[in-house]
Amino acid sequence: MIILKDLIKELDLEILSEGSDLNRTVATGCCCDLLSWVMANGRKDAIWVTVQAHVNVIAVASLLELAGVIITSGLPVEEKTIERARSEGVTLLSSRMDAFQLAGKLYNMGIGKES
Amino acid sequence: MKEKVVNGSESCVQSAKTALIRQIYRVQAMDFASAGEISGKIKNILKQLGVNGEMIRRAAIASYEAEMNLVIHSWGGSLIFVVTPEEIQIITQDTGPGIPDIDLAMQEGYSTASDQARELGFGAGMGLPNIQRCSDRVEISSKEGQGTTLKISFFL
Repeated sequence: MIILKDLIKELDLEILSEGSDLNRTVATGCCCDLLSWVMANGRKDAIWVTVQAHVNVIAVASLLELAGVIITSGLPVEEKTIERARSEGVTLLSSRMDAFQLAGKLYNMGIGKES
Repeated sequence: MKEKVVNGSESCVQSAKTALIRQIYRVQAMDFASAGEISGKIKNILKQLGVNGEMIRRAAIASYEAEMNLVIHSWGGSLIFVVTPEEIQIITQDTGPGIPDIDLAMQEGYSTASDQARELGFGAGMGLPNIQRCSDRVEISSKEGQGTTLKISFFL
C-alpha cells in the first residue's frame, strides 16, 4: 500500500496544494491529457499524471476523488489552478520529470500493476 | 422536435410535490473557469443526504459532463437538480444549436466541440456516452437552432 506522502518523498515532488489528506492511499495511476478520457475512465484514489495545468483539472480530480494530480515537466501552473486545488482539498503536485518518466517510476513503485 | 430515450425503457415524470430537493443553477456558455462548480455543489448535497458513495460518484460524473456540454456547446442554459424519494434527476435545458442527429451525438468519438474546448482536453466525444454509462436513464429532446433538453435519472 503506497500513501501519497511517501510517493511525494520518493519522487521528490513539489507540493502546490497539500489537499485534504497526504496519508491517503494511492490505489492506481492514470497518465492522460484528455480530460474527457479521465472523466470517463479515471478511478477513485488514482494519481493522475498530466501536462494540463488549467483549472478544469481540479474539478475532474475532485469529482472523481482522485488521490492527487502531478503536473509534469516543470510546467507553469496557473495561480487560479492552485487556489482552486486548495479550496477543493485536492492534492496538486509538480515534477520536473516528463509524463513517461514519472509513469515508469510510479509503476516501478507498484502503482497500477494490479490493473 | 426530436426526442429520444437512450437509456432505460419508460419515462417517469416526477411532480414538483414529491421533490425533496429542487435546485436550479445557471450555466454560462464558454465559462470554463467556473465549470464543475455546480457539480461540486450537487455532490456535497448528495453527501449530506447520505446517498451511497458509488451513486454520488456516478451522479457527479454525469452532472459534470452535462455541465460541460452546456459550457462547450450551448449558448447558455440551466441545470436543474432534483431529488425525490425514488430518484436523483439532473436536467439541463439550454438555448443553442441543438443536436441534429442524437444517435450520432451518442456515439463515442463524435464531437462538434470548438478548438478552444479541445485544447483544454475536452471535446473527445465522450460526454454523452459517459452520461449514459453512469446513469439509469437518459432522455434527450432537441430542436435545431433552438436548444436541447437532457434529463438524466438515477434510481435510488
